[in-house]
Amino acid sequence: MPSRSLLLKLASAVIFFGAWEIAGRIPVSYAFPTFIESMEALGRMALDGTLVRAYAETLRPLAIGVAISALLGIAIGLWIGLTEWFDWLFSPIFVVMQAAPLAALIPLLVMVYGIGLTSKVFVVCIMAMPVIVLNTAGAVRNTPHSLKEMGRAFLGSRRDIILKIIIPSASPIIFSGLRLGISAGFIGAILAELKITPTGVGDIITFSRSIADYASMYSAIFSIIALAVIFLNLLEKLERTLFEGNVRGYASD
Amino acid sequence: MAMLQTEPAAAAAGTGGAIAVSVRNITKNYGDVEALKNLSLDFPRGQLTSLLGPSGCGKTTLLKIIAGLLEPTSGEVEVNGRPVRGPGPDRAFVFQDFALLPWANVLRNVAFGLELRGVARSEREAIAARYIREVGLAGFEKSYPHELSGGMRQRVGLARALAVDAEVLLMDEPFSAVDEQTRRKFQEDLLSLVKNENKTFIFVTHSIEEAVYVSDQIAILLPRPSRVSEIIRPRGLRQKDVANIRRDPEYLDIVDRIWASLKSYVE
Repeated sequence: MPSRSLLLKLASAVIFFGAWEIAGRIPVSYAFPTFIESMEALGRMALDGTLVRAYAETLRPLAIGVAISALLGIAIGLWIGLTEWFDWLFSPIFVVMQAAPLAALIPLLVMVYGIGLTSKVFVVCIMAMPVIVLNTAGAVRNTPHSLKEMGRAFLGSRRDIILKIIIPSASPIIFSGLRLGISAGFIGAILAELKITPTGVGDIITFSRSIADYASMYSAIFSIIALAVIFLNLLEKLERTLFEGNVRGYASD
Repeated sequence: MAMLQTEPAAAAAGTGGAIAVSVRNITKNYGDVEALKNLSLDFPRGQLTSLLGPSGCGKTTLLKIIAGLLEPTSGEVEVNGRPVRGPGPDRAFVFQDFALLPWANVLRNVAFGLELRGVARSEREAIAARYIREVGLAGFEKSYPHELSGGMRQRVGLARALAVDAEVLLMDEPFSAVDEQTRRKFQEDLLSLVKNENKTFIFVTHSIEEAVYVSDQIAILLPRPSRVSEIIRPRGLRQKDVANIRRDPEYLDIVDRIWASLKSYVE
């Protein structure tokens, strides 16, 4: 028998897609296709290879940007969290980055880095990195004092305390930062393709809108959201495997 | 009061090896605040000494200085004649809030002190399993801290401290976060631990009854400025059956007397 949470997920999917189908059939707008039309378009593009080619293009800046944001973001976040002067020096940059209206900055990026991969990776990073950095730094700074003290009392080195106490203790917040950052990275990747040069999935969206093939446009949007959801679920699985006890609760509850 | 013997702080020292931990003229300032002022105290080997006093008297500060977790402003702590420069293998700490790793199961938590010392996994887990049995948690090796009651969590903290086999056990109000019944059971277990393990226990508490019940020596600390006001050594209680201690006249006398001297410091 399937678990309750799986049933709930299925039920919410059925309700959402049902509402989509009905809205498309009314129709709420000439430009709004039904769910079934969109899925047909998705199937068609998947079979004729359009989708594969598009994702080969889109995933490049996305994967590079997300990888850089995750690795560099966690590293900088740890550093900011562990040293006060570094916090003073770097935190404002990421706060500004997080608040900046990115779409308005894209022309500037294009002017400096051109219209190629670099600019798109930058857009993904600007979207993804701040929340990863700020979450990591905050979590590191909020490591329970008594856990660090325990590490010292039992003769842990500075390295032991960082690797075996501070990072695992910060991991729930780091992972929530990763989830937020990576979903922002997905948005950034599409934004880059819409605003810089239409390639990959962004190209499908722009092109099918221009020829009024709304089913294809919505199916492309649907596919990128689906991909993001799958990726975030995988991330959650990773977190569960790495820090089993963390996911279920805390000793100080 | 004939059975009581009160000694000035400095004269409590025994000779040579009888003293496991010795605190000499410790002063600790936090900015302008004097947490401890010129405090000296000796802790006899193999016995349990309580640090008892109202809140703000610096008893936890003193314990953390002995542990090497805090640096005194001036003064010296010696463990077995060697001056303390930081945390060391001769001391283990039991924390008031347990300080367990929430992401690690009981086995890893108990073995954590050994893990930090670089003991091989199979060896440290065998040692941890033995102490888990000893504190009565057999069968919970794979449980996580949040699945345990407060009392069981502190047993994990105790097992972790016992597993590193330090000579001196430092306990910071270890039973203050557990319920009354569990606390009584803990106190009885602590008495047999003191008897069976050849360790020196330093025990911080704010409970007068608890201090008198478990201690061989009680150091009463008073605030403003923080100092050892007196040292009480119950004479006949350790020979009594644990079930009878609480109605022993000596026990009742000491509790009354400590209360009389602490009363004026309670707001």
